Amino acid sequence: MSGRVVDVRKLTVRYGAAVALDEVDLHVEAGELVALIGPNGAGKSTLVNTLSGILKPAGGSVSVVGRLAHVPEGRQMFASLTVDDNLRLGAWRIRDRNTARVYELLPGLVRVRDNRAGLLSGGQQQMVALGRALMSRPQVLVIDEMSLGLAPLVVAELAAHLRALNSQDGLAVLLIEQNARLALELCSRAYVLEAGRVVAHGPSAQIAASPAVAAAYLGGGPG
Amino acid sequence: MSAFLQYLITGLGVGCGYALVGSGLVVIYRVTRVVNFAQGAFAVVAAMAVSTLLGAGLPHGLAEAFAVALAGLVGLLVGLVAIGKPGTSPQAALIVTLGIGIFAYAIEILIWGDQPRSFAGLPGSFTLLGARVQSHYLLIIAASVLVFLAMAVLFARTDVGRALTAAAANPYAARVVGINVTRMGLLSFALGGALGGLAGVLTTPVQQVTFDSDVVLVVSGFAAAILGNLTRPAFTLLGGLLLGVAQALVAGYLSTSYQTEVALLLMLTVMIVQAARRPTIQEEPA
Repeated sequence: MSGRVVDVRKLTVRYGAAVALDEVDLHVEAGELVALIGPNGAGKSTLVNTLSGILKPAGGSVSVVGRLAHVPEGRQMFASLTVDDNLRLGAWRIRDRNTARVYELLPGLVRVRDNRAGLLSGGQQQMVALGRALMSRPQVLVIDEMSLGLAPLVVAELAAHLRALNSQDGLAVLLIEQNARLALELCSRAYVLEAGRVVAHGPSAQIAASPAVAAAYLGGGPG
Repeated sequence: MSAFLQYLITGLGVGCGYALVGSGLVVIYRVTRVVNFAQGAFAVVAAMAVSTLLGAGLPHGLAEAFAVALAGLVGLLVGLVAIGKPGTSPQAALIVTLGIGIFAYAIEILIWGDQPRSFAGLPGSFTLLGARVQSHYLLIIAASVLVFLAMAVLFARTDVGRALTAAAANPYAARVVGINVTRMGLLSFALGGALGGLAGVLTTPVQQVTFDSDVVLVVSGFAAAILGNLTRPAFTLLGGLLLGVAQALVAGYLSTSYQTEVALLLMLTVMIVQAARRPTIQEEPA
């Protein structure tokens, strides 16, 4: 596979008079892991919601080749439904609603398949959210704040799953993270979004080495 | 004893009607969080339509089926007006349905007049332990049981049922996986309309209907549904049966004019007990 699975050009999104995204250019190649980092309110979730069609652009273009699946911020379970039902709904867009493949990819979910999703731990819910997105057999996965509020061990497990999905199935991933260290380590390329604009982009190593990024996102604090 | 048995069976039959109206409220509330005050009108429209269709020479069965389908269509239209505009709050939609319910009076009187209407149901009667009961009550009870079973299967075992629940449980997540939340809401209104229509079609042969019968129906249906927190069909059936029997007993031993009062009393009791147990109505599974 080659070519761009996500191609965003001069994307502008507004909430009323407020500009959330201002002429953003971003792309993801097939089978590529790309990070999008930036502070709260930079427009990261706006970009994700526009990619998945929930928000409409005010200007510019968004083109997606193949199927894009979205793991939303905050995990967004159907709390009263079982894990299995949550997974099945992930395949709402396609006909094949067989969950066997996802249980194979994420064996940790087998044990809780009949539990109500609302009663699971945060880590388990993030696993369900990932599985639900995989149900639609996407070519590109957009993950919004994967590690937020999760224990380091759980985050490491999720990251391992993403690496495996990427290397084995050629799944492209756009990873939105507050944890810049994790994102830059996992992905080969990165974008930095601030106040609705892309302020830096390039190979992860180069982004990590830039003094401004290091100071803002990789400095002192825990991750 | 035979009188008691007779009240019991007629109460169960009428209670099934309340349960069906209530289940329509439940389906709509579960998916849209809107309490649909036009719910009683679906039953009235369907019942009136049957009387017209029978008069036009349509056979039994076909006339009833058409009327239920018509009620489903009316439900869809009410849904379009109440929640069709994106961003309408459930509270605003509730007031819209209240308005539609009253507006429906005008249309109903225009088409069918203000006189009570009825039509024949299942003919014949039978004797059970000395009590004489119209056979039609058995039809009401059997049809209602089937419908409630079908509804349980819909919500628990089908993807459309899961999607209906999901649209209410987490509208954002529903959109993320590609479920059209507004369309699910409209589907629930159509289903609610058909359920209300079925109630009207089934109970009219034993309880004649006028344009303003919807008040008793919606109050009774709401009383039945509130037992299941407006979200659980099984408890709605139980609530409807309890209410129907209570009303039949009050009517039999005291007076027939206390129908609505019995419903209101049950509703208030359930709401007070529930309010004491938990702060607000919450989402519950089927």
